Amino acid sequence: MMMADRDTLTTLEQFLYHEAWLLDTDRFDEWLALYTEDCRYWVPLEHGQIDGENTCSVIHDDRQLLEIRVRQWRHPRAHARVPLPRTVRQVGNVMLLADAGDTLSVRSTLMVTEFRADRQRLFGARVEHQLCRTGQGLRIRQKRVDLVNAEGPHDGITIVF
Amino acid sequence: MNSYTNEQIADLVRPDRVHHAVYSDPALFALEMKRIFGRAWLALGHESQIATPGAFFTTHMAAEPVIVVRDLEGEIRVLVNRCTHRGPLVCHEARGETRQFVCPYHGWTFDPTGQLRFVPMESSYASSLCGREDLALAHVPRVASYRGFIFASLAAEGESLVDFLGPVASSYDDIVDRAPAGEVEVAGGMFRHAYNGNWKLVLENHIDTVHPAFVHQSSVHAAREQPDAESGDASTGGSRAGATSFADIQIRQMRQNGAPPAVWERLGIFAGPNGHGYMGDYHSDDRLVVAMANPVFAEYRAALSARVGAERATQILSTHRFNTIVYPNCSFMSQFRQYRIVQPIAVDRTIVNTFSFRLKGAPEAMFRDTVAFANIVNGTASEVLTDDLEVYERAQQGLSSGLVDWVYLGRGLGGDVPDSPGLRRGGMGTSELPMRNQFEAWSRYMTAEDATATNRATPRMAPSASTLNKPL
Repeated sequence: MMMADRDTLTTLEQFLYHEAWLLDTDRFDEWLALYTEDCRYWVPLEHGQIDGENTCSVIHDDRQLLEIRVRQWRHPRAHARVPLPRTVRQVGNVMLLADAGDTLSVRSTLMVTEFRADRQRLFGARVEHQLCRTGQGLRIRQKRVDLVNAEGPHDGITIVF
Repeated sequence: MNSYTNEQIADLVRPDRVHHAVYSDPALFALEMKRIFGRAWLALGHESQIATPGAFFTTHMAAEPVIVVRDLEGEIRVLVNRCTHRGPLVCHEARGETRQFVCPYHGWTFDPTGQLRFVPMESSYASSLCGREDLALAHVPRVASYRGFIFASLAAEGESLVDFLGPVASSYDDIVDRAPAGEVEVAGGMFRHAYNGNWKLVLENHIDTVHPAFVHQSSVHAAREQPDAESGDASTGGSRAGATSFADIQIRQMRQNGAPPAVWERLGIFAGPNGHGYMGDYHSDDRLVVAMANPVFAEYRAALSARVGAERATQILSTHRFNTIVYPNCSFMSQFRQYRIVQPIAVDRTIVNTFSFRLKGAPEAMFRDTVAFANIVNGTASEVLTDDLEVYERAQQGLSSGLVDWVYLGRGLGGDVPDSPGLRRGGMGTSELPMRNQFEAWSRYMTAEDATATNRATPRMAPSASTLNKPL
């Protein structure tokens, strides 16, 4: 962990809150726009998983697959999202791990409460963002979400975290 | 809960329909656990999961907790995970390696053959308990393997595993024969997907060729709308920054579900004994990974040819088999190396544990393709699988209605064609023959009288795995 100055930390916290808000309010185009062309969105299947190529993942998407995911969500016959899941995210424990100038590594924790079809579920995760500074502001190059129950049985997951 | 006579059970299954109670009545579910899961051979996993002496994994046979363990002599044993003293599970880990199972309650200690080896303060008993046959961990009566795949049966008697599998054993041959080194191994992690629906729904769906166009309409659409981005591989001249081959495979698979009706109608859909069946000719390596033009596939083919000869390699690779159902608890894709074990939890709750296999001797990149494929067909957040799970749940909710009696399974009825020995082929690829075939087996299991002690695990009575697991 490195000590971040208050301004940097506030910027990072606001960025993570903003990403969470976009997802909570179904602003998926704006959410996608936060990700770089060469991004990786990763929810490992195993505790301490090393890569997404040789071990399966709950989600292991590049930019194309994220675009497909969002496009599928909007289809009127995306059965598993009818009715739409409603979510609220709580981002906490934000820490700057490394700042290499144009790239930043940020750790946080995440609680997602989901409600859909009369059922409520709770997901908890450790999250690590690899961010880059661009002319348009911060962008996400990689997001890794380690669910505490990654290895447990899951009913279908039709949200991202 | 109702109780049923055999005549009433038989009446639930008609040639072209089944009564909704088979999906929704807890009394029938309880009977199924005894009469189907208590009798049939159940798929448990693969020998590579317990490759070394003392290696084990825990699982369930119906509701029975079991430990599948390789003892220190190398024999595979399936032990009932219950201390013979006061009853706790003696092993609470999903997998591992051990020399002993120690009960957490009073410290009774069992070796990997199940023998009781240590009892704390044993002198309080009149005589020594260690080594007593009746205090060893109970053995599941029958254990056998076919080409490395482990099965067990809670019934002390019944047909052999090979007879049970019949012609669908060839799907196991397909998965293993594809390995250049002649062996496969479990790798890449285990997805566990769950749904609030009956266990039969998943076995029916995996061999239902009409559902993709409807259930998966949204992911077909989303994948088709995605502009083609060539793989980022230098070999194929990737055009878009960050484009990956793993995405390529997933996009192809999503699109494949939208194949035109004529493709589905032409499929081979086969029904075998005991409710088993498979779907052939669905799609080729070519459709999935641009195989013929892919340098990795060429390397793989060369490795396979080097071992078995070019002619045999061609024969192996021209087997295009998609889902195989081994009723009542297994569904697997031999060609694409996905293995799914169905665990019924309740009449309306099911967990499916899914594994991937590595072909020993094949290029590493091929396994990465298998992982990417697993993510889209078995992943718990897959755009494809989640719509299947959703439909199982909606089916369960509808089938729980008492106002409508029947589920109609008449598609292709009367059109079956005899095939090779033990197999019938659907008159068209969209025939509901596989579901009718599963219910024929269901009816036979469910109306057979309970034999004495059929579904009771017995201590130390059963032949050990080594006498049964000889490969054919």
